[in-house]
Amino acid sequence: MAHYWNKEIECMPREKLRSLQEKRLQQTVSRVYENVPFYRDAFDKIGLKPDDIKSLDDLKKLPFTNKDDLRDNYPYGLFAVPLSEVIRLHASSGTTGKPTVVGYTRQDIRSWAEVMARSLSCCGANKNSKIQNAYGYGLFTGGLGVHYGAELIGASVIPVSGGHSRRQIMLMKDFGSTILTCTPSYALHLSDVMKEMGVSKDELCLEAGLFGAEPWSLNLRDQIEKRLGIIALDIYGLSEVIGPGVAVECPVKEGLHIWEDHFLAEIVDPETGEQLPPGSYGELVITTLTKEALPMIRYRTRDITRIIPEEGCPCGRTHMKIDRFQGRTDDMLVIRGVNVFPSQIEEVLFRISHTEPYYMIYVDRREQLDELEVWVEVSDEVFSDEVRKLESLEREIRKEIEVVLGINVKVKLVEPKSIERFEGKSKRVIDRRSL
Amino acid sequence: MPVKQITVFLENKCGRLASVARAIGDEGINIRAFSVADTTDFGILRLIVNKPDRAYEVLRNGKFTVRMTEVIAVQIPDHPGGLADVLDLMKEAGINIEYLYAFVTKVSGDALAVFRVENIEEAEQLMIDKGIKVLSGEEVYAL
Repeated sequence: MAHYWNKEIECMPREKLRSLQEKRLQQTVSRVYENVPFYRDAFDKIGLKPDDIKSLDDLKKLPFTNKDDLRDNYPYGLFAVPLSEVIRLHASSGTTGKPTVVGYTRQDIRSWAEVMARSLSCCGANKNSKIQNAYGYGLFTGGLGVHYGAELIGASVIPVSGGHSRRQIMLMKDFGSTILTCTPSYALHLSDVMKEMGVSKDELCLEAGLFGAEPWSLNLRDQIEKRLGIIALDIYGLSEVIGPGVAVECPVKEGLHIWEDHFLAEIVDPETGEQLPPGSYGELVITTLTKEALPMIRYRTRDITRIIPEEGCPCGRTHMKIDRFQGRTDDMLVIRGVNVFPSQIEEVLFRISHTEPYYMIYVDRREQLDELEVWVEVSDEVFSDEVRKLESLEREIRKEIEVVLGINVKVKLVEPKSIERFEGKSKRVIDRRSL
Repeated sequence: MPVKQITVFLENKCGRLASVARAIGDEGINIRAFSVADTTDFGILRLIVNKPDRAYEVLRNGKFTVRMTEVIAVQIPDHPGGLADVLDLMKEAGINIEYLYAFVTKVSGDALAVFRVENIEEAEQLMIDKGIKVLSGEEVYAL
């Protein structure tokens, strides 16, 4: 049976949801026009008045907001309320230059807790749950986002934050944690550490996990579910919009419901910015409908997905679903006119080697033709003393990648650790084309 | 009875073979026999050493892709046709040889070759039945 936090909203009829969205969109547009000079200038430049936005169909008239706009207005330039109203600040890691700063009013924190409570309920959380929150606490939104949602539900939160894996496992065992929240790669890491410590999944009380903050493959989900003996669901969010809890997978596991009473989603062509119909892959663009401190108009997430065209999810929730993420617009490669995402290659490697692969993609242009070469580290698991077997492994990888991408590639097996390791976000592509 | 063979994955890059040899040499491990199989992109180094477990550990810690496999060490009479006789026996028994290579050292006047076959026990038994000497791991490591 489906488990809801706020059934009335989560299962609201589409027409009712649509009129709620329209009302809130108009309010948001008026508010940013009144209070944020950046938006007022952007609207004025194209001769747009808040009154021009009468229905959701008018959404496409609005200008986009990019991450650079947040950086250019660092730190508080896009805030729509005075700082006296702001009760919390978070910031993105800012791998290049200044971080992006986001602010929350008291009501924003309430909305965030609400969407997180719904998201946690999707994986079965209730007031009896013991939620081990291994997302980092701090400027990153992951830790506190989950925390407030879990508290709203009335679950027991274990605010352990990230790291100290052996202690995590000890606590999981001793406290009887029932739900784990962290990044999927950390969940996999914890299962490795359990193995080292000789702790079996049967000694734990874990039932479910809500994993996000990075894209992950279905294979990785299988691994985590098997090793930890849980149901593992995907959660999506970004600090510019609110943090975790923008969308979440329901137990049907066929896409993530976007909480549409708070976030208005559309898919656009990353190149042209044109809206794309349901079913087409493109860049996810989000307009916040309730945010007070930092409303976002058509925020370009750079995440590639599609709206799943379907009438009603078996779980009963009416909010539309987006598919698992294909990658980021920044990662997208165009090879001989074909869109290629490193995640597609990663899926193939995982399927063949059954371990998290280390690989690097090299793109070159020789005589006007793009060439894609994939370097794969040979793990102990797939290594053989026979040339024949390694050559057939190389061939298998090449063929599988070609099937998935539809273009020819070269595959080269390389020694372990010959591909650079990265702290945090890894670099998987080296584009050597000089265009 | 089988002999432990250490196999190392090598990229075709200058100095890779040297670094493997150095890594085990520094640990006082002596190489008894070796062979390199190579393709355009990579090579596979196979080693018979006096301390296989230690060599495995050293290379593993040295971040090489390394694997331990089992092979048999067959004593081959050192006269024309000696190897042919052994190979004929295997052919007749339907034993498929993946690869083989020779030792530098002789054992009581005979040559020594390493055979990698699918069914090690079957091959070993065949050799013994036909009166061909097969060396145990201990005998090989102690050479």
